[in-house]
Amino acid sequence: MKHGKRSFIIIIIYGLFVAFSFILDFHPGREIGSNFGDFTLTMLRIVPAAFIVISLFEVWVKRETVEKHLGTGSGPLAYFWAVLLSSTTVGGIYVAFPLSYTLYKKGARLSVIFTYLSSAAITRIPMSIFEASLLGIKFTAIRFMVSLPLVILVSILLEKYLLRRGFTMSHPDKLPASTAK
Amino acid sequence: MNEAYLLWATTGIGLIVSVAASRQKTVKALRIALKRLIGIAPQFLIMILLVSIILYFVSDEMIAHYLGKENKYTAVIFASLIGSITLIPGFIAFPLAGLLLSRGVLYMVLAAFTTTLMMVGVVTYPIEKAYLGTRTTILRNGLSLLIALAVAAVIGIAYGEIP
Repeated sequence: MKHGKRSFIIIIIYGLFVAFSFILDFHPGREIGSNFGDFTLTMLRIVPAAFIVISLFEVWVKRETVEKHLGTGSGPLAYFWAVLLSSTTVGGIYVAFPLSYTLYKKGARLSVIFTYLSSAAITRIPMSIFEASLLGIKFTAIRFMVSLPLVILVSILLEKYLLRRGFTMSHPDKLPASTAK
Repeated sequence: MNEAYLLWATTGIGLIVSVAASRQKTVKALRIALKRLIGIAPQFLIMILLVSIILYFVSDEMIAHYLGKENKYTAVIFASLIGSITLIPGFIAFPLAGLLLSRGVLYMVLAAFTTTLMMVGVVTYPIEKAYLGTRTTILRNGLSLLIALAVAAVIGIAYGEIP
């Protein structure tokens, strides 16, 4: 685990830097430390709940259901479901990755997964309402109308390319594959 | 943080319904959640670490400076670069964009900024890589950058900023 070791070293160095910044009252280091605290709290407010919801989805939603609506046999409506699902994403795209992994294990096709992932970044409902109220509805409407068709197009092309390369999605844990059922 | 309350409420209701239906399956779900969370925690930690450093260097004044560049195309390029490398929560980014708009920053520059902010993730790279691998992550983000630039271009035309 060469990579894991590197991450570990980076985290240790960072921790020491911040700790010494507080001891020596080094302003930039203190500010970075407090940024870290703020953002960690934001993450803790969202991420654990998101993982629980995703796991409930994984346990309760049947593989056949996902395959039928989001799998290779599904029609264009699958992209609509992907966009609709993405609009309910809370937090950020970092929450969309674990769900996309569950969808992948349940048999959703890659183009639908990529559509979900990319539109999770652009269609989140609270964020879009906020944006429209500050920059205008026209602004948000154009953003949607231009980006969504492109996202779907790119996702389809990406699927074609990746299937040729034998792409598989993974997760950094040692969970037995049996839980996919 | 209303979003978070809504999410926890949904989680709570989901758990109650799940326990009522099957205790066993609920326990299984919670075990999966915990395992996954622990599995991806180092990548999340790296992301938080990157964000904390970048937020120190990227201030509101700096964003205002680069997005307000005389040459509008240079401003779009800077806007998309800053948007790509930072991860600013929406409740900070949009008010900032609104403020910049009132200061005369162009719509297309703001579009490049907010769209890359949402779609292109340099700091989420460690997390995305864990799920999708290096090549796919780079490819997906590169394509997202192009989509963001397309959005900026159409916004520019729609608001009469590109002749």
